[in-house]
Parts: sequence; structure tokens; C-alpha cells
Amino acid sequence: MNTSAIREPRGDRLFLLFLYIILSLIGISIAYPLIYILSSSFSSSNAVLSGDVWLWPVHPTLSGYKAVLLYPSIGTGYINSAVYTVLGTILSVSLTIMMAYPLSRKTFYGRRFFIWILLFAMLFSGGLIPYYLVVKSLGMINTMWSIIVPSAFNVFSVLVAKTFFQQNIPDELYEAAQIDGCSDIRFLLKMVIPLSKPVIAVLVLWSAVGSWNSYFNALIFLNHDDLYPLQLILRQILVLNNVNMQSMNLSPEMYQQFEDMKNLLKYSVIIVTSVPVLFLYPLAQKYFVQGVMIGSVKE
Amino acid sequence: MNVITKKILKHWQLYLVIALPFAFLITFNYIPMLGVQIAFRDYNPVQGIWHSNWSGWKQFDFFFSSPYFGPIIKNTLRVSIYSLIVGTLSAIFLAIALNEIKNRRFKRTVQMVTYMPYFISTVVLVGLMDIILSPTAGLYGQIGRLLGIDSLPDIMGSPNAFPSLYAWSGVWQETGYGAVLYLAALSGVNPELYEAARIDGASRIQKVFRIDLPAIQPTIIVLFILSIGGLLGIGFEKVFLLQNILNQSTSEIISTYVYKVGLVDANYSFSVAVGLFNSVIGFVLIMISNFMAKRLTESSLF
Repeated sequence: MNTSAIREPRGDRLFLLFLYIILSLIGISIAYPLIYILSSSFSSSNAVLSGDVWLWPVHPTLSGYKAVLLYPSIGTGYINSAVYTVLGTILSVSLTIMMAYPLSRKTFYGRRFFIWILLFAMLFSGGLIPYYLVVKSLGMINTMWSIIVPSAFNVFSVLVAKTFFQQNIPDELYEAAQIDGCSDIRFLLKMVIPLSKPVIAVLVLWSAVGSWNSYFNALIFLNHDDLYPLQLILRQILVLNNVNMQSMNLSPEMYQQFEDMKNLLKYSVIIVTSVPVLFLYPLAQKYFVQGVMIGSVKE
Repeated sequence: MNVITKKILKHWQLYLVIALPFAFLITFNYIPMLGVQIAFRDYNPVQGIWHSNWSGWKQFDFFFSSPYFGPIIKNTLRVSIYSLIVGTLSAIFLAIALNEIKNRRFKRTVQMVTYMPYFISTVVLVGLMDIILSPTAGLYGQIGRLLGIDSLPDIMGSPNAFPSLYAWSGVWQETGYGAVLYLAALSGVNPELYEAARIDGASRIQKVFRIDLPAIQPTIIVLFILSIGGLLGIGFEKVFLLQNILNQSTSEIISTYVYKVGLVDANYSFSVAVGLFNSVIGFVLIMISNFMAKRLTESSLF
């Protein structure tokens, strides 16, 4: 039956038109602030300050991006964040799989006990200060480990991975492997991990985007600028309006030049820091949605 | 050798695999729970968690009688209830609207654009709001000047605006992502229902109210009830960044207060007491909401 041949009643067409308009408005109001920042970052400092930028860059220039290169903490922050993200993601995903795999196995004695312990950790926490004191007593304060290690284990990720394993690795497969003399660890490495690429992709993306974007642990555990991840540097520039020019050792005329660029720094730095994540965006979009769906299904 | 030991020995490798993540769980989730006893002690670093002198309920008495008690509870609830309601409603609206759209390219474009802000960090989000809502430069200032208004009120520093700033920036950032679950529920609706409705002469709006909304009602109820459990656990990150001296009267919530008293003023015992109060109430709320979800909808967290 060709449904499109039937003309829709006028009320329906009006309703549909209304939806198209509303959705377009929603789309525009979400995209516009981002376009505004992007265009401003390529405009001249004067155009931005006098409010001439609406949609396209005005007096296009790259001086905002020059300022990013001149401001040394951004480079350090970038490198720090990259290191924290890569190491943190490797650790976090490994821990998640190592916890989720035994919990997904029916033959694992004590499974209920472990699951109960896991769930309780999601419901109750010791709070900020006890957490801080534990990290402190491990001697991690003011080291990169304070950013990578304490937040590596994530209960919710474990539950998602466990659900995925249970749904996608049939018991028969395990029994067959066992008859062939395959050990539990070998089964994990040779069967479970290769069969679980979609959920591993979800875990990697969650963890990577999460650690790239977070600032809380760095705020409480670090007080050396050299160790700051990008997000804390961003906080100084964007939220605290604190651009430290003393540390830059600029010649007097460069100093003057930078003074002009400083206004643009806010715009360009937003673009520069969000680009790595947006680069992952097409992948992320696909796998994040998948992750939400897995997470929403219970046993 | 009894049966249990046999079972364990047979799969000893599984215990080997789980040992490391389990050690992390114990170290960073359970050992801090032992630390809550600081709330009942006069903590000093020399004597430590286990040997500082007991002080009973003193810290809790301080907290309940302090002038901050009422306001920070009120602020926490105001911000979280407000953002829960507008967040849920906008996600439902977006899902239903997208579900009606048959033009795939348009639908996909809207979805792509609405997901995007989810990947932006909180710091960038707040920086963006700072820039755009600046009364001097920024879009807000630009529009004001265009309309010939000289002195615009400062939104970012206004106590009245804070709950709305928090909630609507959340809508901007998370609606696309929040709509995913509802869209999935809608895609599970049997197409025959729409066809039958069509034959009976139902309009599109009637289909939304008679088919779509009932179809996602269980999802709505479960998600809504479960988020009641998280009302007091509202995140620190965005509130802390949006907070300034001017809007503190509405933006000071439990988690920012715990941070300030504990890590800025180093008043550990008091901070732990406030944090413990928060954890206990949060725990009770989650248990109640989980129970309600189970009762009303037969689905629950655990």
C-alpha cells in the first residue's frame, strides 16, 4: 500500500509543519552559540569587543590562535591531559573488563556477594574528605597518579560490560571451550574480548571523553601548574579570567601584542580544546547511544 | 575437601582476574566509608582517623543549627528539582517530535546537532555562558545594544537567575542525549497501532497522546522515580563553576559547601559530618524511589 498517496488532513499537515519549525529552532539555538564562538575566534579583537560578530568572522585573523601558541600553559595542559586520558582510559577499561568478566559467569562462586558489594558502592559513598585522605595516604597528592588511579574504577561501566557479556557470550560457547581444555583466562583473552568490541568501544569512549573533560580530581589533588590538565587551565582563562602573563617572559612589544590577543584567547581556546573530542564525535555518537541502550537493560 | 572449595579451586583464575579491580573498589570506595567516623571525632592529622578523640554528635548539632543549614538544603533541592523537571520534559518533547518526522535526513541532522553539546566539557560550557551572557561584550550585550538598552542586568551574577541558568544550560547540553531512551521506547511501538488509529481517523496529535505517550509512560516513570533518588547527589562540577560571590545565596549547595568547609577551610570533621548527612539521606531516597519504581512499574535499579 502506498501511504504517501493519501493526502493528510489539514490539521495533520499544520501539526507537522509546526514540528519542523520547532525542531529547526531547537537545532539553531543549539548550534548558534557554537558557531558564534567559532566565528569570533577567527575575528579581530576589535570586532569582537565592539560586538560586530553575528554569524561570520569579521576582519578574519588568526591572532586568537597565535595567542594559544604563545600562552605556555595551554601546551603543557594539552600534553598533561593527553597523558592522563590515555593512561586513565587503558587502566579504566582493563579494570572494568576484569571485574565484569567473572561477574558475568554463572560458574563463578560468590558472584552474588561481589555484585552486592559493587551495587552498594554505587548507593553510598564516604564523601569528599575521606576519599581525599585515602589518596593522600597513598602519597599520590600532587602527582599524575592522583588523576589516573582513584577515578579509574567505575561501577556503572562494570554493570554495562557485565550485561553485554551475559547477553552476547553464550554459555554453550564457554562449555565447548572448557571441554577443549581452555582455561578461564585464555577464554577471556581469546573469546570474550574479541567478541566484545562494540562494548569495549563504548567503554573506551566513555572513559576517554570523561577524563578529557573532567577537572574535579585535578582541582582537589593538584596544586602545581605544571601538572594541571587542560580543563583547569581553561578554568583559569575562561571562568576566573586569570591570564598569567608574567610567566610568559615576553619582550615589551610582544607584551603589548599579546594584550590585544588576550580577548580572543577565550574564543580560540574553546575551539582548540573541544576539537579532539568533536573529532571522535561520529564514532562517539554511534557508540554512546549503544552504551545507553545496553545500560538500560537489566540482566 | 568440601563442595565450595572445589568450586572455587576449579575457577581459581576468575578470582585472580577479579582481584585487581576488587582492590581498587575496596581502596577507593570502601576505605573512604570507614573514614566517615571522622564526623564523630575531633579530627587532627597527628592522631589520624582511628585515634582522634570522640566528639559524639557535636558536628551534626553545629550543622543543624548553623544558619547555612536551611539555605543549602533549599538551594540543592531547588536546583535539582527544577533541572529534573525541565530536563525530563524537554527530552520527552524532542523524542516525540523526532519520532513524527519521516524525512530521514532532517531527522538525522537534528539528532546530530542536539547530541553535540553533550561532548563539551563543563568548563567550556560555563566559559561559553560567561562569554555569551556578558552584558558588555557577548551576544546578550550585542542584542541589548541593538535594542538600545544601556544598562543590562548581569545574569551570571544574579541569585534569581542561577537556578534557571543551571537548568536550561543542562537542557541545552543534554536534551539530545536524554531523548535517546525515549526514542528507543517509541521505536518499539507496533506500527499496526498507528495504522489502526489512522483508519479510525485519528489525527497526528491524537496519536501522540493516545499511542506515543502511553508507550513511553513506563520509561518516563522509571527514569523519573529513579532520578528522585539522586536529587541530593547533584553534581559539584557545574555548580562550582557557575558560582560567584554575587549569586552565592542561591548557588551554595551541599557539595560545594562540603568542598569549601573541608578542603578550603580544612575543617575536616565538620565537612565529613555534612557529607555523611548527604550520603545517608541520598541512600534513603534511592531505597525509597527504587521501592516505588518496583511497586508501580515492575522495573527497578536493583
